[in-house]
Amino acid sequence: MTNTERNSAFIKLHDVYKSFGNSPVLRGVSMEIAKGEVICIIGPSGSGKSTILRCINALTPIDQGFIQVGDIQVTSKSLDMVALCHKVGMVFQQYNLFPHKTVLQNVSMAPIQVLKQDRTEVLDRARALLSKVKLGHKADAYPGELSGGQQQRVAIARALCMQPEAILFDEVTAALDPEMVGEVLTVIREIAQEGMTCVIVTHEMGFAREAANRMYFTDGGVIVETAPPDSFFANPRDERTRSFLSKVL
Amino acid sequence: MTNDRARFGPHVGIDLPGARERTSWALNRDLAGVLLAILTVVVIVLVVALLSGTDTGLVGALIKWTPFMARGFLLNVVMSLFAIFFGTIGGIFLGMGQLAPTRWISTPSKVLTQFFRNAPWLVLLFYCIFLLPFQVRIGGETYTIASWLRAAIGFTIPVVANFSEIVRGAMQSIPSGQWEAARSLGYRWRQTVTSVVLPQCIKRMLPPWMNLYAILLMATPLASIVGAEEALTNARTALQAESDSRLLLPLYAYLLSWFFIYCYPIARFSMALERRFAVR
Repeated sequence: MTNTERNSAFIKLHDVYKSFGNSPVLRGVSMEIAKGEVICIIGPSGSGKSTILRCINALTPIDQGFIQVGDIQVTSKSLDMVALCHKVGMVFQQYNLFPHKTVLQNVSMAPIQVLKQDRTEVLDRARALLSKVKLGHKADAYPGELSGGQQQRVAIARALCMQPEAILFDEVTAALDPEMVGEVLTVIREIAQEGMTCVIVTHEMGFAREAANRMYFTDGGVIVETAPPDSFFANPRDERTRSFLSKVL
Repeated sequence: MTNDRARFGPHVGIDLPGARERTSWALNRDLAGVLLAILTVVVIVLVVALLSGTDTGLVGALIKWTPFMARGFLLNVVMSLFAIFFGTIGGIFLGMGQLAPTRWISTPSKVLTQFFRNAPWLVLLFYCIFLLPFQVRIGGETYTIASWLRAAIGFTIPVVANFSEIVRGAMQSIPSGQWEAARSLGYRWRQTVTSVVLPQCIKRMLPPWMNLYAILLMATPLASIVGAEEALTNARTALQAESDSRLLLPLYAYLLSWFFIYCYPIARFSMALERRFAVR
C-alpha cells in the first residue's frame, strides 16, 4: 500500500486485532472512511462494533495493527490525546454526562479546560449548539433533570463543542425509550447533512438505510461486507449478512 | 446496562413528590433522637452521682472540676480538628495515589495505606511521640513542640490511611462511563480526577468521613498516656486532688457523657446523610 492511498482516507484502520483476555474481539479489521462520509456499522452483539469505535479514539488500546485519524497515528506511543480528541468526538450509549455540572458546563468545560479556548467564545458556541439540539432553554438544568433523549442531545452538543472533524456514535439510541429515539436521530441526521464525518454503530436499520453513505457489517470480529445502503439491504452478498438482515428487518 | 442506570440513581433519580418532606421529617426524627439520647445520658450521670453518695458534695465536686476538665476536653477537640484537617488533605492525595495509572505511585500508596490502616493507633502515637524532636530550632529560636501537638501529628497518620481508603472506594464507585467520557474529551488522568471524579465523590465520602472524625475524637484520650493534658488526664488529676474514691465512678461517667454528647450527634447526622445519599 502506498502512502497516498493511506492518506486519502480520513479514518483508517488496517488489520486491527484486539483480544480481551482469551476472547478475541477484533480479528483483522480494516476500514477506510473518507472525510464527510456517514458510515453505519451494524452486526450482531459481541461482533466488535463498539470496540472498533473505542479503538479509533484510543479508549481501547489495540494488540496489533494500525489506526490513523487525519494525520494522527492513534497507535503511536507518543499519541497526543488532546489533538486526537480535537479530531474525533464520541457519543456514548449511556450519555455519560457529568451529573455535577449544568448542561451548559457539560458542553463547554472540555474546550475551556482541555483545549484552553477563550471562555466567552466557548460559552457562546455552547449556547448556539444547545439551541441547535433544541435545548437552549435547559442550559442551566442538571443532567438528572432531563429525559434520556434530552441527555443524549446534550451529549451530542458536548461532542460538537470540541469542534471535531468526525464523531463516533456508539449505539446512542439503544438506552432510550422508543418515543425519544426519533429526536436524537433527527439531530444526528442534521449533523451528517452538514458534512460531518459520522461513524454510527446502530440497531436502527431504517435510519441506517436512509442516512448512511455506506454500511459495514461485522460478525465475529471481522468486517464481513461493506456496501452502499441500497445494495446492502437489497441484495447482501454474504450469507451471514443475509441471515442477520432476515432477523432484524 | 440497567445496572449502570441503577448506579446513576442518586443523580438521575426523579424527585418523587414528597421526597423532600420525607427527608426533613427524617432529619427532625434524628434531631429528636439525639436530644433524647443526650437527656438520657445526663439523667444517668446524675443518678450515678446521687447513688454514689447521699451528700451533695459529689455533685458539687463535679461542678467544681468542670472548668478544668473542660479545658482538657478543648484539647481533645483541638487535636481531633488538627488530625482531621491534615489527615483529610493527606488522605485525598494518598487515595488518588492508590488509583494512579503509574505503578511507581500506586504501589507505594497502597502499601502505605494498608500498613497504617492496620496499625494500632496507640503504637503509632508512641512512635510519633518518640520520633518527633522534642524541640526545633527555627532561625535561632528554639521552640518546644508540645506533647499535644506531637500526639495530634500521631493521630493524623491513621486518619490519612483511613481516609485514603474512603477516597479510593468513592473514586472507584464512580461509573467507568464518567472516566471514559472525560478521556474522550481529552482530559488527562489528573484533570479527570479533579474536575470530574472527585467532585462527584464528595457526597459519597461525607458520611464515612464524619464517622472517621467521631472515631478519631474518641481516640484522642490515648494522648493522656503520652502526657498531653487533655480531658482524661485532667479527670485523673481531679480524682487525685479530691482523693475521694466515691467520686471515681461519677466523674468518669461525667467525662464519658461529654464524649457522647459531642460524638453522638455527628454519628447520627452521618447516618442521616447516608440514608439520604443511599442509592434508591
